[in-house]
Amino acid sequence: MTSLLEVSGVSKTFDGFRAINDLSIQISEPELRAIIGPNGAGKTTFMDIVTGKTRPDEGRVLWGEKNESLLGLSEAEIANRGIGRKFQKPTVFEDQTVRQNLAMALKNPRGPFAVLFHRKTPQGAQRIEEIAAEIGLTDQLTRTSGELSHGQKQWLEIGMLLAQDPRLLLVDEPAAGMTAEEREKTTDILRRAAQTRAVVVVEHDMEFVRRLDCKVTVLHEGHVLAEGPLDHVTSDPTVIDVYLGRSDA
Amino acid sequence: MTQGFLVTNRSVRWFLFTLALFTAVIAFGSEASGTGIFSTSLVKTLGKTLCLCLIAVAMDVVWGYCGILSLGHFAFFGIGGYAIGMWLMYGRTEGIVMTSLANQTIPPTPQEVSDAIGGQIFGVVGSSEFPLIWSFAHSLPLQLLMVVLVPGLLALVFGWLAFRSRVTGVYLSILTQAMTLALSLYLFQNDSGLRGNNGLSGLQNIPGFEQTSQATISLVFFLASAAALALGYVLFAWVVAGKMGSVIMGIRDNEARVRFLGYRVEGYKLFVFTLTAIVSGIAGALYYPQAGIINPAEIAPIASIYLAVWVAIGGRGRLYGAVIGAALVSLLSSWFTGGGAPDVNLGLYRIQWTDWWLVLLGLSFVCVTLFFPKGIGGLFDYLVRKPS
Ligand SMILES: Nc1ncnc2c1ncn2[C@@H]1O[C@H](COP(=O)(O)OP(=O)(O)O)[C@@H](O)[C@H]1O
Ligand SMILES: [Mg+2]
Repeated sequence: MTSLLEVSGVSKTFDGFRAINDLSIQISEPELRAIIGPNGAGKTTFMDIVTGKTRPDEGRVLWGEKNESLLGLSEAEIANRGIGRKFQKPTVFEDQTVRQNLAMALKNPRGPFAVLFHRKTPQGAQRIEEIAAEIGLTDQLTRTSGELSHGQKQWLEIGMLLAQDPRLLLVDEPAAGMTAEEREKTTDILRRAAQTRAVVVVEHDMEFVRRLDCKVTVLHEGHVLAEGPLDHVTSDPTVIDVYLGRSDA
Repeated sequence: MTQGFLVTNRSVRWFLFTLALFTAVIAFGSEASGTGIFSTSLVKTLGKTLCLCLIAVAMDVVWGYCGILSLGHFAFFGIGGYAIGMWLMYGRTEGIVMTSLANQTIPPTPQEVSDAIGGQIFGVVGSSEFPLIWSFAHSLPLQLLMVVLVPGLLALVFGWLAFRSRVTGVYLSILTQAMTLALSLYLFQNDSGLRGNNGLSGLQNIPGFEQTSQATISLVFFLASAAALALGYVLFAWVVAGKMGSVIMGIRDNEARVRFLGYRVEGYKLFVFTLTAIVSGIAGALYYPQAGIINPAEIAPIASIYLAVWVAIGGRGRLYGAVIGAALVSLLSSWFTGGGAPDVNLGLYRIQWTDWWLVLLGLSFVCVTLFFPKGIGGLFDYLVRKPS
């Protein structure tokens, strides 16, 4: 198995505080990976570094077969390499319809002139229908996305990820604020997506992670504390220590 | 593509219909048509207003749709005015000079002609040399090209520097104010080559049409302004209707999210900024021949701030809102400041609208921002039922 994403020896300091400390993670394709860890462990910062939002102080981030370095590429360039990201707080374009949100994300040329002269195609429309069916928003396509429920917005954002057709999906706390039923549906969507791609899910909730049924990486103070199947890492004494020592986890 | 777009866009059709009706009524009633219901000066005022509506539509696209609060678009408007003004002034002066030299026994050399024109134009700033920027002033096509090129290039360079460094929000607004201020201060200098604070004048006289009455010229410019507004409106409505509209509104609402979708936000902002700057230049080129004079005070920073006020009062993010705001506020403004509004005598104090109009405008702006964020255009939402 060759790795799709290879993060090695990455560190990042914010105002003297080491948010990421010699972090190394490898993701293969396809793969479903859960990243857990207490608040402030650096999970979101890890995604910021991979997607180009934050530049690390040291370390390497390599991508794809050619081991191209992602450091120094802009957010848009990284996205176009095939990395999609869902934010912790659902961020969809609330003034626009569900269909417009998905259409914007659809994999198509991204330049201003290509977009200006873009014409809707039957294939595009069909792809939007497929994604809408996948995320359960078929009936909501014409609705303004600001009117959706919290859970529906989270799905829409996952749908936008799928529309980008990325090789790697980074999903930050998709189940936050969801009901038990919605969480179950979310795990199903993510597991199906991971059959053909690499999917990295950050989550607090152990039940959710258990249902994902995948390899787990435990992050603590910006460093990998343990890695392996969920049962393996949860029986690790250092992990138990970290989690029992914190009430917010 | 445009045809299908027009069929599906009701508000665009309504706008075009209203504009056509208005234009027809004014043209019918103008002095040039013989009825003389509307005075030539009124036709000029209305023609100028149409140009202001056009720049307001451009402002709405850059600010209301793309979220870039540019407080410098009047600089582009002014540049367009100067560019056409140079040709108008050169051509007219050349005509005058040729007539006066015609009865000399020895025909004048080209150098003498050029010196005489230069002396006429630049005498007020103590010079008779033609500055380099006047190189094309003899040619209408080249100067028309300048109307488009100069604002476009300035916007391109300015925007490239600003957007690439990710200057946004209030900092960008300040930067655009600095741009228009710098340009205006530069033009105020006598050696700027554009006659310092005298500006360019006599622009209502069109070279080659010396015998044509102002009534006819004003009607032609009025019609041209209406056509430009119609074309500009349709162009921008088309730009914001499709996927481009989706992306630029996305940039307005959440720039970072658009980046993570793989769009180069800088490129989009640059496109919108430059396109709107070009349209602003064209609007200016139609405005100043109707105004007759342009000087550096026209591109003072306050002008661009008024532009933002018009768009806010009319309603951001809807093109007809910008038109309503620009037309209403600029016409009211000339009515109040031109002494059209009767003073209000409160016994102890006399409200003179020439002084108090700005206070009234400021208050309306605050009220609209606080209580009607959708502006006057928002009223249309009550008229039109949303198809759901
Ligand atoms: N831009 C930033 N500036 C300063 N501190 C930051 C920044 N981003 C993250 N941090 C800090 O880095 C640590 C890790 O944060 P984060 O990655 O959001 O944790 P997690 O997502 O695991 O809860 C936190 O202590 C946070 O305060
Ligand atoms: Mg986080």
